[in-house]
Amino acid sequence: MEKRVTFKGLWLPLLLVLPQIVITAVFFFYPAGQAIWQSLFIPDPFGLSMKYVGLGNFEYLLGNPYYRASFVTTAIFSILVTVVSMGIALYLAVLADRLIKGSGVYRTLLIWPYAVAPAVAGVLWLFMFNTRVGVVSWYLGLLGYDWNHVLNGEEAMGLVVVASAWGRISYNFLFFLAGLQAIPKSVIEAAAIDGARFWTRFRTIVFPLLSPTTFFLLVVNIVYAFFETFGVIHTITSGGPQQSTTILVYKVYADGFVGQDLGSSAAQSVILLFIVGLLTIVQFKFIERRVHY
Amino acid sequence: MADRTGMVEKRGFGLWMTHLGLIVGLLFVFFPIWLALVASTVTQADIMEPPMPLLPGDHFFENYRKALVSGINAPVAWMMVNSMVMALGIALGKIVISLLSAFAIVYFRFPGRRTFFWLIFLTLMLPVEVRIVPTYEVVAGFGMLNSYSGLIFPLIASATATFLFRQFFMTVPDELAEAARVDGATPMQFFRDILLPMSRTNIAALFVILFIYGWNQYLWPLLITTDPSMNTIVMGIKQMFPSGDDFADWPVIMATSILAMIPPVIVVVGMQRLFIRGLVDSEK
Repeated sequence: MEKRVTFKGLWLPLLLVLPQIVITAVFFFYPAGQAIWQSLFIPDPFGLSMKYVGLGNFEYLLGNPYYRASFVTTAIFSILVTVVSMGIALYLAVLADRLIKGSGVYRTLLIWPYAVAPAVAGVLWLFMFNTRVGVVSWYLGLLGYDWNHVLNGEEAMGLVVVASAWGRISYNFLFFLAGLQAIPKSVIEAAAIDGARFWTRFRTIVFPLLSPTTFFLLVVNIVYAFFETFGVIHTITSGGPQQSTTILVYKVYADGFVGQDLGSSAAQSVILLFIVGLLTIVQFKFIERRVHY
Repeated sequence: MADRTGMVEKRGFGLWMTHLGLIVGLLFVFFPIWLALVASTVTQADIMEPPMPLLPGDHFFENYRKALVSGINAPVAWMMVNSMVMALGIALGKIVISLLSAFAIVYFRFPGRRTFFWLIFLTLMLPVEVRIVPTYEVVAGFGMLNSYSGLIFPLIASATATFLFRQFFMTVPDELAEAARVDGATPMQFFRDILLPMSRTNIAALFVILFIYGWNQYLWPLLITTDPSMNTIVMGIKQMFPSGDDFADWPVIMATSILAMIPPVIVVVGMQRLFIRGLVDSEK
């Protein structure tokens, strides 16, 4: 797509793109290049020299049980966050869509948690489940359940999943509600006349027509779970106990800044770059199909 | 969507069940925030004796004053100023550089234009989380640790906004540029007097999204603001927890959490239409 009418000039357009070029080059391309470069080296313990190791960092990472475990943790975490937040959001959107009046009110009430930062969401949920003062953990104790996410890895995972999914409900709800309201009512009424009950209509008509929205949200939520949940993990568990909630992004931080293992951290960055690239391609391919929705 | 009064909407009992289902969902969404609000109005002693009360107490002013004025490591009021500078800097900075470069890409033919276009395309979706160590080194090399420019610039380096403006400029009728040219307007006059006013809504919608994005940043400020007086509020909350076995000062921490939510929530609720539009636009 090109404009038919353009202005003449050479220096002006170059001047106009200059700020973006400079900022992107300095703060994006150079660091990304550095990450790729550093991933090929191991610094000596005093940080004085670098030893070239080729793909050694990658081989080491892929053979390292902790890194492989972090992959599995990330996969479990992302799938759970995506399913939980999309499930709750779809349920609420279907209900709100059934209302003739008032769906706008519910929308207003449901969208503002979008503004709550993941790290703040983490603190809120940490407070509810705190082993010493948490309200929810106290009531669980009354029921005879001894909640301790500080020691129990599965409970820690459950807590970071719920806290991450909670902050994402608003976003998914908005897109699901918009998708539902775009489905022509005549189609649904035709099915109702033919005797299809609510659940049948949902399964055979509504859900298939909603699939572009669903696919889109799947990709976006996985990206969110991969990269934007750092704040939740850092505030609630700091990756523990025993690395049971150490997702890949957290490990880049832990190895690079806490462990000072720059070569390994850079190699992990490169692997993440690769994953983001794949997700971007999936998203763009998909968005092309979304256009005729 | 014009006529929403169809035959499949629920009335009577079904309608009540629908409201009930929604209210249960609302309770789930609101409960953590309600609890934080309550905790920010009671004393530490109330919280240390579980279960804590579920209705607000009368220490609202005391807790919030303590948080805002003295805080734990730094006054929260000061952290809010830092967050505000960072969020505004990211939102305005990104909008300005993106408007300019999108204008150049759409309305000029210059050498390297396609290359430039693909270069910025590459930056889409690559979050700062992925390249933290080298970006940190760059920022440290410039001596920008513990500074506003260090907080802002690395987060401006992505092209989502440029893309958005490019898409919008492509829909602006060619006749407008032609008329401006015939009338002898310079490119910058066309940009200022015609293109900018036409982009007002897009700019505002994008501003809402970018402001929230900037305000809610966590990892980046955590890395580069080691000086408590440069902490942003969202990352500063975690710093308020004591290391070791001391008890956290929950009323002050929860008051800070509430304060951290207020500005972005005001933006989302107050500019709901723009917010929804910005959200949908920026994902296209």
